Amino acid sequence: MDVTNFLMLIYVFVLAIFVGFELITKVPPTLHTPLMSGSNAISGITIVGALLSAGAEEFTISTILGLIAVIFAMINVVGGYLVTDRMLKMFKKKVR
Amino acid sequence: MNIAIEITYLVSSIFFIYGIKKLSSPKTARRGNLYSAIGMLLAIVVTLLDQNVLTFEWIIIGGIIGSLIGAVLALKIKMTGMPQMVGLLNGFGGGASLLVALSEYYKLSTVMPVNTGIAIVLSLLIGSVTFTGSLIAFGKLQGLVTGKVVHYFGQHLINVLLFLFVIVASIVVVINPEMSTLVLIITGVSLLLGVLLVLPIGGADMPVAISLLNSYSGLAAATTGFILENNVLIIAGALVGASGIILTLIMCRGMNRSLMNVVLGGWANAGASDGASVSGEGPKGDVKSVDAEELAMILEVASNVIIVPGYGMAVAQAQHAVRDLMLALEDKEIDVRFAIHPVAGRMPGHMNVLLAEANVPYDKLFALEDINNDFANTDVAIVIGANDVVNPAARHDKNSPIYGMPILNVDYAKTVVINKRSLNPGYAGIGNELFFGDNSLMFFGDAKEAIGKLTSEIKKL
Repeated sequence: MDVTNFLMLIYVFVLAIFVGFELITKVPPTLHTPLMSGSNAISGITIVGALLSAGAEEFTISTILGLIAVIFAMINVVGGYLVTDRMLKMFKKKVR
Repeated sequence: MNIAIEITYLVSSIFFIYGIKKLSSPKTARRGNLYSAIGMLLAIVVTLLDQNVLTFEWIIIGGIIGSLIGAVLALKIKMTGMPQMVGLLNGFGGGASLLVALSEYYKLSTVMPVNTGIAIVLSLLIGSVTFTGSLIAFGKLQGLVTGKVVHYFGQHLINVLLFLFVIVASIVVVINPEMSTLVLIITGVSLLLGVLLVLPIGGADMPVAISLLNSYSGLAAATTGFILENNVLIIAGALVGASGIILTLIMCRGMNRSLMNVVLGGWANAGASDGASVSGEGPKGDVKSVDAEELAMILEVASNVIIVPGYGMAVAQAQHAVRDLMLALEDKEIDVRFAIHPVAGRMPGHMNVLLAEANVPYDKLFALEDINNDFANTDVAIVIGANDVVNPAARHDKNSPIYGMPILNVDYAKTVVINKRSLNPGYAGIGNELFFGDNSLMFFGDAKEAIGKLTSEIKKL
């Protein structure tokens, strides 16, 4: 990988951090727990890396590690989104 | 690099960003979470079409196992157990990033470019700390590991030395990628660091620890993105990293502690050591206590009430009882609102989720800065299982370890009722002068039982 390419990745990273700051400061305190579990689920995006590692043709230590990573990341993704949904559907304005 | 795949990753990044944007209101939040999940699904499906993914049997089995475990956890967990759930999921995210980094290392090892090498060692470090740190946090919240502040000899020195070792060893590995044993040592030391960093943290400081670990799990994913040169990982990881940092800062502000203080783990010491010396000479005086019947009569003549829930409400699982109290009071035409301190409970927003579960409308819940000026015009403030966050010493006692911490000014209300099991000090280990105030009434008992009794007394009137 050449330096320009690497710099582009850093660009993306820095700009995404700013987008994140802008978005998250607008989340009201009442939703902070769902924000946490929801963003937690997003951090499961590492599943992409896990799939690429686990999907290699030959079966090596690298694929085994990738496979465990798939399991871990899927727990994170599925658990995170489901539990967030469970919480968010409880937030109601009017009751009775 | 396939253009279609790249574009799909971009679409999935947009879904993540849009999903978080929708979290700005409880009305749209659920849809936001769905958008985010769609983004994830897109990313997963398109990755399976990647030319580097050739064998599917294992992936499918692994995916199903992971999904099942995740689904069971998510559907079984009680709302009061949410902090440990988030801690656990966080750990799996960090663990996955760590494993991907290791896997990539074994794939590349001898032909590793410098920038990839840096990304791999960073991912190993952050992923490992997130993994074991989150597991310890989970253990503490679940009661498997002591929730107390833990001290061990030379803890800061040991942590600093271990960290320096990881940095030096990482530089060596980046320069000599073939040193695979050193890579494993780096991983092992990083795993140990995660344990050592979180172990000293006491229960009530967990909101900070959990937020920070949340941020780390995002950064771990982002570093994995740098390894794979994949923008969706970098964007998603950066979003989560930013989210965790913001929550951490909010929690720090809620406790009047600096981020540096938190990162070094020093805040736990301050509270414990100072607290121990102060507790002996804590505030003294006469305590007035009331029973449910008397309290019902006091409340009957009130026109407005603010309820302040704390961790004690979660422990007693009293959120439904509190909601019944709210309804009983409202039947008597009494205005009821809730005041939520940012660090009440064991994670950001913990109280809000519990009250939402009990069907308390979210527009009755107010953050500290939105309600604190109203206590002076309030007839009765009812504190349920909160302690340090309502201790007036934070406002005026310069010697108090919690001096400067923003508190809910319940003592300004005409009458303050404090529901607690005993007069024991709270987490910070200091006595609470609120209990001895002229306008304070102690309402002793387990929150669920006591509040239930109070509600039935109110209904009798």
